[in-house]
Amino acid sequence: MTKKRSQLIAEGSDWTLEAIAQYDAEIGRVARNYGLDTYRHQLEIITAEQMMDAYAAIGMPVYYHHWSFGKHFLETENRYKRGQMGLAYEIVINSDPCIAYLMEENTLTMQALVIAHAAYGHNSFFKGNHMFKQWTSADAIVDYLVFARNYIAECEERHGVDAVESLIDACHALSNLGVDRYKRSPPLSLLKEKARQQEREAYLQAQVNDLWRTLPRRDLVVEEAEERRFPAEPEENLLYFVEKNAPLLEPWQREIIRIVRKIGQYFYPQRQTQVMNEGWATFWHYTLLNTLYDEGKVSDGFMLEFLQSHTNVVYQPPYNSNWYSGINPYALGFAMWQDIRRICERPDDEDREWFPDIAGSDWRETFDFAMRNFKDESFIAQYLSPRLMREFRLFAVLDDDSKPNLKVDAIHNTQGYRTLRQKLAEQYNLGSSDPNIQVWNVDLRGDRALTLRHFAHQRRPLADSSLVVLEHMASLWGFNVRLEHQARNGDWVLLAERKTERRRQA
Amino acid sequence: MTVRIVDRRQDSRNKSSINRGRFIRRFKGQIRQAVADAIAKRGIRDLESGEKIGVPGRDISEPQFHHGQGGVRERVHPGNDRFAQGDEMARPPSGGQGQGSGKASPDGEGMDEFVFTLTRDEFLDIFFDELALPNLVKRQLARIDDFKRMRAGYTQNGVPTNINLVRTMRGAAGRRVAIGGPYAARLRRLQAELEAALDLVPPDAEEVERLQREIACLKAQREAIPFIDPFDLRYSNRIRVPQPSTQAVMFCLMDVSGSMDEAKKQMAKRFFMLLYLFLNRNYEHIEVVFIRHHTSAEEVDEDNFFHSRETGGTIVSSALKLMIEIIGERYSSQAWNIYGAQASDGDNWNDDSPVCRKLLAESILPLVQYFAYIEITEGEPQNLWYEYQELAASQGGLFAQQRIAGPADIYPVFRELFRKRLV
Repeated sequence: MTKKRSQLIAEGSDWTLEAIAQYDAEIGRVARNYGLDTYRHQLEIITAEQMMDAYAAIGMPVYYHHWSFGKHFLETENRYKRGQMGLAYEIVINSDPCIAYLMEENTLTMQALVIAHAAYGHNSFFKGNHMFKQWTSADAIVDYLVFARNYIAECEERHGVDAVESLIDACHALSNLGVDRYKRSPPLSLLKEKARQQEREAYLQAQVNDLWRTLPRRDLVVEEAEERRFPAEPEENLLYFVEKNAPLLEPWQREIIRIVRKIGQYFYPQRQTQVMNEGWATFWHYTLLNTLYDEGKVSDGFMLEFLQSHTNVVYQPPYNSNWYSGINPYALGFAMWQDIRRICERPDDEDREWFPDIAGSDWRETFDFAMRNFKDESFIAQYLSPRLMREFRLFAVLDDDSKPNLKVDAIHNTQGYRTLRQKLAEQYNLGSSDPNIQVWNVDLRGDRALTLRHFAHQRRPLADSSLVVLEHMASLWGFNVRLEHQARNGDWVLLAERKTERRRQA
Repeated sequence: MTVRIVDRRQDSRNKSSINRGRFIRRFKGQIRQAVADAIAKRGIRDLESGEKIGVPGRDISEPQFHHGQGGVRERVHPGNDRFAQGDEMARPPSGGQGQGSGKASPDGEGMDEFVFTLTRDEFLDIFFDELALPNLVKRQLARIDDFKRMRAGYTQNGVPTNINLVRTMRGAAGRRVAIGGPYAARLRRLQAELEAALDLVPPDAEEVERLQREIACLKAQREAIPFIDPFDLRYSNRIRVPQPSTQAVMFCLMDVSGSMDEAKKQMAKRFFMLLYLFLNRNYEHIEVVFIRHHTSAEEVDEDNFFHSRETGGTIVSSALKLMIEIIGERYSSQAWNIYGAQASDGDNWNDDSPVCRKLLAESILPLVQYFAYIEITEGEPQNLWYEYQELAASQGGLFAQQRIAGPADIYPVFRELFRKRLV
C-alpha cells in the first residue's frame, strides 16, 4: 500500500484500469457520503472513432441501421478531423446498469471528471427525476433497442431495404410529434412487448377496418353520423394515430412506427431536463472532486487541470459575443444548483423574501426535492433567483413581427425579475417550442382524407420544410392529408394538401 | 464493491460502417454526379486518393415540423451591457446572430452543401461501379501459376547459406547448459569439500590431492562439451507457394501527328489514366507500354508520350506492328493479360487503314484480352473508324470503339467501353 506515504489516489496523467477503478471507488465513497442514490454503473473504455459511432446513434450502444445515422457520423467525423469540434468527454446512457463511456484519449484527470459527472451525477438524476421515472424504464431500454434492431433487420430482409428505409424516413420526420406530452405512457417492458406483438398484429389489423366500414349501420341516424368526427378528440401524437388507424399499413409497418415512437418517447424527458440534468451532473463533479481535494486525495496539478476544463464547460458567452449561441445549459444549470445550495447555507434577506421555504434549510434535502420533482421549465420558474439574474445580466427581448422594432421588456432589476423568470422558463417549454399540430378529423365517409390542424402559438407560422413532412405523413396515411391553420379572422383555412392514392397491391 | 470496467476499444471498430454504406447507397446518384464532376475538375493522376464529395444540403435534410420566422417571439439573453427596460432597437437582418434574432434557421432551411470525404476505395467503387473487365475469366482459367517463396519456420537440415545464426546459437547455448549442468553441480560440491579439507589437513595430504585430481578431471570433461554441435544447426525454411499470376500489361497507342493537338492529347491521356486505374483494381501488377507514332512508331517513356509533339503524316499500322513485336519479345501471352488502347484523331494514310484492320484481326486480337479504340474528333468519323467498324461487328467481345468529342465524354465513353456485359 503506497497510500501510507501519500494520500493521493493515483498520480500522473496516463490512466490505467487500476487507477480508474481506484478513482471510481473514492468518488463513489464521497458520493455515498452525500447521499447520492444511483443505479449500478459500468464504465466502458472506447476510442475516438467509437465515440463518433456513439454520437451518430444518439449515444445508444445498439441502434437500428439507417442512412441518417451514417450522415451524422460523416458530419461528426468531418468536423472532428478538421478540428472544428472536440468530442464530448462523456456520453452516458440512461439504463440500468448505467453505462458511461470513457474515451481512451483522455487523461486520468479527465477520466475522473467523467466518472464523477456521468456515472454519479447523471446517473443519480436518471434514477431520481420524476420525468425519467415516469416515461422511461432504465432496465428495459437496452433490451428493447436490441429487439428493435433485430426486428427492423428482419423486416429489411423480408420486405427490402428500400421499403423499410422510406418508412423510417417518414417516422423520423414525424418523430417530434410522435410523443405523448401529457398522457403517461406505460413503461417499456421487453417481455411484454414480445408477447403482445403477435397479438397486436392481428388485433390492429382488425381494428383499422373501422375506416373501411363505409356502410352506415342501420340503427344510426344519418345526420348524426355526418356530425361525428373521427377521432372524437383531437390527437396530438401523430405517429400513435397513424400506427393505430392508418388503413393500408401492414402489421410490420405498424410495428416499426411503434419502435420509432417508443424510442422518441424515451428521449423526451432528456429534451425537457437539459438545464437541470447537465447542471446537476456538473454540480456533482465539481463538489465530489473538490471534496476529494479537501481530503488530500488528489494533487494540485489534478485540480488545475480539472478546473480548467470545468470552467470551459460552464462558460457563458454574452449575447454580443461571436461564440454566443443561446444560453449554455451547463452554465445556467450549474449556477442554479450552486445558488440553491448557497440559499440553503448562507441566505441573505433577499433570499428569505424570495425563497422563504428553502432559505436556511438542509441543502441535501432541498436538492433531493428539486431534483426529483421538476423539469427545466418548472425548475427555472421555481428556483431562479434575482441574484443569479443579476449575475447573468439577463434581459428579455420581444420580437413581434407586427411591430417595426424589437423591444426589451424586462431586465435584471426589481421590476423585471418576475417577468424575466417567467419568460426564461417559457423558453424551456417544449410545448411552445415544438409546433402544436393535431389530428383533427378523418373523412370516414368520403375519401378518407386526414385533416391536421396547426394550433399556432403566438402567431408563429410553420417553416417551409413542413410541406415535406406532410408528404411523409401522406405516405404513411395512404390517402390525402390536409393541413389547416387558423387565419387572422379565426376561420380554419387549408394551408397545404398532399394527395396520395395508394391502393393495396394485389 | 468494485466497478465494472469494460474495455471496448478492440471490438466492433466500424459500427457505423453499415450506416455509412446506407448513406452512400441512398445518395449514389448525387454522389456519382459529384464524382464525375470531380474528375472533370482535377488531374487524373491524383484520382488515386479519396475525394471530397459535396451533396446538396436540401436533398439530404431530414425535415421536421418547425416554426418558421414570424409571429411573436420572446427570448432571454445573458450579458446585458446597455439595455434598460423599454428600450427599442431595430431588428437585425434575419439569420444574423445579433441581439434578439432567433437562432440559426432550423434543419433543412438554407443548409449549405453537405461535404464529406469518401475513402479511396469507396471513391473508386463508385467510380467504376457496374464496370467489368471483359474476358477476365477466359485467361484466368488458362493461366500458368507462378510460385512465390515464403518463409515457413525452421528446419534441421538445409544449405549453409540458410543457416539461421540466432536460432542455432540459442540452441547451442541451451544444450551446453543442459549437458554441463551435472558437471557444474559436482564441481561446486567438490570445491566446497576441498575448501573444507584445506581447513583441516595440510595442503599436501592425500585427500586434498584426490579432490584436486577429480576437480581437474571434471573441468576437462566440461571443457570437452562442444561449443557447437551439428545437432544445434537450424536453417531458415522457405517453401514455394503457388502464386496466381495477376499481372497485366497495358499498351497505350497514340497518334502524335500534327493533327493531334494538345487538347486532344490531354483527352487521350485522361482516358489512358482511367484505364490504368481500372486495371489496377483487377491486377496486382501492371506494366504500361507507351507507343507513339506518326509515320513510324517508337516506344517512349510516359513523359515523352504525353508531352512531345511531332509533325507529319500518320501511318497507324506502324504502331500496331511495334506492339506485336513487343508482345513477342517481352510479354508472352501465357503469363500476361494484355490490354490495348489506341487513341487517335482517326486521320490515317488511306491505304494503311485496311492494313491496320488486318493486323488487329489476325495478329493482335488473338493475343489480347481487350482492345479499345477511341477516336478523338469533333467532326465526322475518319477512315480508320469505318475500317474498324467491321472488326467491332465481327469481334464484338474483344474489340470496341467509341468516339470522344470533348472532355465531358471521356468518363461516359469509358463506362460504355467497360460496361458489364451479360455474355
